[in-house]
Amino acid sequence: MKVAYWPGCVSRGFTPELHGSMARVAPLLDIELVALDRAACCGAGVLAEHNQELADTLNARTFALAQQVQDAELMMNICSTCQGAQTECQERLDANSEYRARINQTLADEGLSYDFDPRSPLTNKNFLWLLVEEIGLDALKAKVKRPLTDLKVGPFYGCYIVRPTRRLGIDSEHPRDRYLHMVIEALGGTVVDYAGVYKCCGFPIITMNKAASLAQAGRHLGDALDADADCLVVPCPLCHLNLDLQQPAAAGVVGRDLGLPVLHLPQLVGLALGLEPKELGMGKHVVRPTSVIDWSTSVVAASAGAAGAGAGAGAAA
Amino acid sequence: MANFTLRIRRYDPGSGEAAHWDEHTVDLRPRASVLDAILKVKNERDGSIGIRCSCQQGICGSCGVRMNGKPGLACNTHLEEAAGRRASLSGSAQVENAVIEVEPMGNMPVIRDLIVDMDAVHWKKIQRVTPWLLAKQPVPEREYVVPHDNMVDVTQTMACIQCGACVSDCLSMEVDPGFIGPAALAKAYRFVGDPRDAQHAERLWDLSKDPQGIYDCTHCFNCVEACPKDVAPMNQIMRLRRIAGSDFDLEDPNNGYRHEHAFVKNIKRNGLLHEADLLPDSYGGKFHPRAVPELISSLPTVATALARGKITPQKALTHPHKAPKEVKRIFEKIEAQEERVELNLYIVGYDEAEEQLDMPHIPHTDEPTPLRDPHEPPPAASTPPGSGAASDSKPLPEADMTGAEERRPPREQWEPLRHDEAEPESTDTESES
Repeated sequence: MKVAYWPGCVSRGFTPELHGSMARVAPLLDIELVALDRAACCGAGVLAEHNQELADTLNARTFALAQQVQDAELMMNICSTCQGAQTECQERLDANSEYRARINQTLADEGLSYDFDPRSPLTNKNFLWLLVEEIGLDALKAKVKRPLTDLKVGPFYGCYIVRPTRRLGIDSEHPRDRYLHMVIEALGGTVVDYAGVYKCCGFPIITMNKAASLAQAGRHLGDALDADADCLVVPCPLCHLNLDLQQPAAAGVVGRDLGLPVLHLPQLVGLALGLEPKELGMGKHVVRPTSVIDWSTSVVAASAGAAGAGAGAGAAA
Repeated sequence: MANFTLRIRRYDPGSGEAAHWDEHTVDLRPRASVLDAILKVKNERDGSIGIRCSCQQGICGSCGVRMNGKPGLACNTHLEEAAGRRASLSGSAQVENAVIEVEPMGNMPVIRDLIVDMDAVHWKKIQRVTPWLLAKQPVPEREYVVPHDNMVDVTQTMACIQCGACVSDCLSMEVDPGFIGPAALAKAYRFVGDPRDAQHAERLWDLSKDPQGIYDCTHCFNCVEACPKDVAPMNQIMRLRRIAGSDFDLEDPNNGYRHEHAFVKNIKRNGLLHEADLLPDSYGGKFHPRAVPELISSLPTVATALARGKITPQKALTHPHKAPKEVKRIFEKIEAQEERVELNLYIVGYDEAEEQLDMPHIPHTDEPTPLRDPHEPPPAASTPPGSGAASDSKPLPEADMTGAEERRPPREQWEPLRHDEAEPESTDTESES
């Protein structure tokens, strides 16, 4: 399937391994990525906090560019924060024709227009949603070459992709707040439930209240370790910054050793689809999954035998 | 009728016993409330269960609890809804015999069972924000008339019933109990959004300079999700930030103002976020005295990122991505606008059903509210909130919000917030046009 692809900023900035791993995984899932190179930052909530119309206009522009991609089935992002910030803007744009016209007037100078058709509104899905709703768990399962047998994975959703449920279209038919769980299982891994699954990584206040920000990251990492997780998986690069890049500092704040690898969603998927940790950019992490998880024991098909013996022990290393 | 398993967390801090779960099976309609189930068990089987409740109609706000992990009012949560939450969490769709775990709210000490100490946390925080009107003088003899749009705007925060559900699950408060928190900050907006209040700037400065004030919110949406009355406390906190930063230019010591402005500048320049600049700029710039210790403490993090090839010196120091000129143009156009447009869907509702939507406009002004003789006919027919009818309350008081600071004396000359003032009679006597 062809998608208008919005990679966001951080996946091309401080977490280049996210953009890189998505590019590796996409062809294996028959996803054709048409990157929206000219689009601008979604604002991550901060632009909207400063000036709502500014954030809405920039995102309307991104949507307009996505609508111009020939034959694209939908728009796809790989960042929860983009998903949340853009959905919020889209809600306003779709709700009020007069407001939409005002925004489109600004875009018109560039020859762009964001079109809203109530029968087929713009679809903008995070890679996680696309995996479950477009590709399907069965199809995903069929593509798995190296089941994540004995890998205990803690899902970390972050905030923007699960709240508010109404705006994000989470209901009994679309249990999007369970999708990470479902994907981990489809890839053959074991889900570890822990207190922080739906909590905040603390990143938004890192410059305002660093201690509180890192206390949040440190607490969730500690909870996942206590629940015996080998690693976390995140659909959001901003969570990754606080949970991985800042993990040594967070360990200092909460006063305990952490050392828990944090994987981006495309990395986890790529691993199960047979890609090597290195080509998925895992060497770029601060807490190197390659040094903490013994892939030869944790991630091999059950049929390879003896997998159980050394599994899970890696995390303690 | 259906069977539900009610698990109630029991705890009596005075008893010296640890908390434990009590389990009861109840046979009730799926659309009976969780409170119905608790009261049934209490009345028929165990009178010692501690629960606070009164109206049973979602009005009094007494029965806030956590049900299968989510905070809310026990009286307006259906058993099937609470059960569905758990079913979804365990991956099954079974509602029959579903378990409903009822716990006291979080972030507040438990007095007994499902009763938490609202005084110790919630009400203290409400008191912190001077929760009464500091009226402009002279107070008119008759009604103090407020423009319709302003009144509708603050009704969202006035809808709060003080149940504490948002406080229960505030994730900032979980690690930083001193955070003023969602309910109290929403209450603060109720007065900052009220044109009759004389001390908007003082209130905003008070809340932005506090390290546990408006800039301590981590933007997690838990309060928005928790609120049974759609107050959306987080949205009100963001509006407080917007007004403090953009209308009053309040440069707080917590980097809130600087972070916001550094972010905006960053996107305007680069189109995409250039993280390497954002951090130092949020502290006032690379060479600012405030930034130096922060950057030094970040060195180990930066060094690891460089060593791992996460960032390269070239990428960090240069700006590989430049904003397309169209992006710059959008910034320039919108920043140059005299008035800032804000669309609050709580107020205007959604299109299609109601076609004639007027552009909402919440004036934020320090001009005195034009008073009107109550005997004169009203300038415009009042319209119910969300009716979508064109609000004819224009001309609104001065719309320019950027000049607010020019109209008021420098901060040193502000009057201190009159915390000690006796609370005037109810603030609910406002009349709409």
